[in-house]
Amino acid sequence: MSDVIVIEGGRVIDPASGTDGVRTVVLKDGTVAAVAERADRPAGAQVVDARGRWVTPGFIDLHVHLREPGQEYKETVATGARAAVAGGFTAVVAMPNTKPVNDTLAVTELILARAAAAGLARVYPCGAISRGSGGEELAEYGELKAGGCVALSDDGKPVMNAALMRRALEYALAFGLPLTVHEEDLQLVGKGVMHEGATSTRLGLKGIPGQAEDVMVLRDVALAELTGGRLHIAHLSSAGAVRAVREAKRRGLRVTAEVTPHHLTLTDEDVAASGYSTDFKMNPPLRSAADVAACIEGLADGTIDAIATDHAPHSLVEKDVEFDAAANGIVGLETAFPVCLALVRAGKLTERRLIEALTAGPARAFGLPGGRLAPGAPADVAVLDPQAAWRCEPAALYSKSHNSPWKGRTLTGRCTHAFVGGRLVHQADGEKR
Amino acid sequence: MIGRHKHCIALEDFSREELLQVLDLAVSMKEVLRRPIKKVPSLRGKSVVNLFFEASTRTRSSFEIAAKVLSADALNWTSASSSVTKGETLIDTARNLEAMRPDVLVIRHSASGAPRLVAEHVGCSVVSAGDGAHEHPSQGLLDCFTVRERLGTLEGKTLAIVGDVSHSRVARSDLHAFPKLGARVRLCGPPTMMPAGVERMGCTVHHDLRGALEGADAVIMLRIQHERIGDPLIPTTREYSKLWGLNAKKAADWLKPGALVLHPGPINRGVELAPEVADGPFSVILDQVENGVAVRMAILYLLAGGEPAEAKA
Repeated sequence: MSDVIVIEGGRVIDPASGTDGVRTVVLKDGTVAAVAERADRPAGAQVVDARGRWVTPGFIDLHVHLREPGQEYKETVATGARAAVAGGFTAVVAMPNTKPVNDTLAVTELILARAAAAGLARVYPCGAISRGSGGEELAEYGELKAGGCVALSDDGKPVMNAALMRRALEYALAFGLPLTVHEEDLQLVGKGVMHEGATSTRLGLKGIPGQAEDVMVLRDVALAELTGGRLHIAHLSSAGAVRAVREAKRRGLRVTAEVTPHHLTLTDEDVAASGYSTDFKMNPPLRSAADVAACIEGLADGTIDAIATDHAPHSLVEKDVEFDAAANGIVGLETAFPVCLALVRAGKLTERRLIEALTAGPARAFGLPGGRLAPGAPADVAVLDPQAAWRCEPAALYSKSHNSPWKGRTLTGRCTHAFVGGRLVHQADGEKR
Repeated sequence: MIGRHKHCIALEDFSREELLQVLDLAVSMKEVLRRPIKKVPSLRGKSVVNLFFEASTRTRSSFEIAAKVLSADALNWTSASSSVTKGETLIDTARNLEAMRPDVLVIRHSASGAPRLVAEHVGCSVVSAGDGAHEHPSQGLLDCFTVRERLGTLEGKTLAIVGDVSHSRVARSDLHAFPKLGARVRLCGPPTMMPAGVERMGCTVHHDLRGALEGADAVIMLRIQHERIGDPLIPTTREYSKLWGLNAKKAADWLKPGALVLHPGPINRGVELAPEVADGPFSVILDQVENGVAVRMAILYLLAGGEPAEAKA
């Protein structure tokens, strides 16, 4: 790939290097060659006219479910990576709750091989904290790390055994791997299917209090203090969890956190308004307006490091059923940018924080390459049109699954071009080269 | 149609006028029910399918009799004898039944929202006979009918609902209906049985039975399900019965003269309600059962498209 790409006329927003202004970005040999107010067009360079657009580092999603191996009817590494680049994500962390669970080198290698064959977004596998994510024995972190895993998680399940969690945090220190944890106390959750409050009472659905998340975050912050381990709170959703992470950071603990676009923009009342639509069922559940406000505040003030989608494809088999019986989760890669951009429009978040939480924030949290547009950095770039309106409907999505709460809605903001390693991997319909 | 509604799924959706439309028609239906020949041709040629995914004797029989008195054909489909055990989805079951061209599908299901899901996938009218802990609209209507019939009006009356509100679809339907008809609602029970934010449904919450009953015009005693013990919502039925059960002495000392005692059934005699109260002068529990048929006749009649003139006939 010796092609040179010149992205001209766009507003470069790169919080990592403090750039915000019209610049020309030159990509060469898989890396960023220049970000400058004036740059020459080398002969034969491909030129992208980015006037009126934003040019940012490619987004990094710390939390996606690609479903391969095992549930390829919902998504594959290739379709998930395609959806990722369509949403501006040039790198994704693939959660290990596949079938079988990614607790061995063989599964890690399969995911990486499929990702390489697809040649789209970079896919970083996440290994399991416990064997089979069963919560009883440690998985082989040394082998997982050697195979290419960048983090450890039993996502979908909390590590209920505190002693195991303590040892996992300690053992992972040898490999420099963060633990990204799904926080909920299963006994407090019980048979809950949505956030507990006046809305769950009115709908007659069993509730899950925000405190089911808080108590586990508080426990794990204490264990991070005990062990000095690297703790990352996955899909944080409650006001109490935001407070716990803020306090942990204030005290200098190695704790980071992510929040999803849906926990920043939807509430439990949307479950009622949708008429029990299972596209509004996820775990953690959509919480109260106060929790949403706390998450936005935590994102704005830096308590929360990253926006992660928790992209969770499910087919109609799992979703076209009673609310109680439906699977948790929604697809999110292709809607994250416009959904979060609405927060900027509403004056709740700055453009800089939004882009930082999609780029430098997640890169720092897991120690990943990318997340910045500076000479020498990987040529992973998103070109975004913040004004483009499009209708979110199944035909418009690259993901195999369409379980989105924004289905049928018009969203504003889209990725027009995505580059990975200096290669154009996505171009929106109607865009010319 | 009941007002604007093709379905009867949740009293939350019904306006005061729509509630009154059913209750007023049920008065005529009760008169039909008390005739020596209990049969009118109003729904001749119409069919009603009872689709029950949860055990029920009272409600299913009540809908069945209601359909038959109106000359509709009634078919009962229960989950034990259906394809559900073979893994068929709710939507598939409902679509298959709908292909048999019923006019009304009456559904009871353990999942809140299930009747609504069915309604989105079938063309006929859907009546909820209770879904999870969401609503039991015909029960809410028959409770209103019973209290209104005895007291003449619901305006300015006070209703107490005692028991496990958190698991009760009856309580939720009552909470949506009574206030729209002018009554105040008090809830009473242990804090573990009062669901989060329920006071936002327009009621007051009490933990002391005496205070909740003071001056109340009617009290609905909810059934305490044995599986709630050790859930753990209550320590024992013994303690529950002592603190929140209604026995003859408490009824005599704390209820005002002429107050009504209701129960959606089936009663746990000796737990929430002592036999002397269930069978005593305050009790209108058997009225509720009879009125249930009348109210369900009115619902089926309005949804299956009978002609108003025939109903009054």
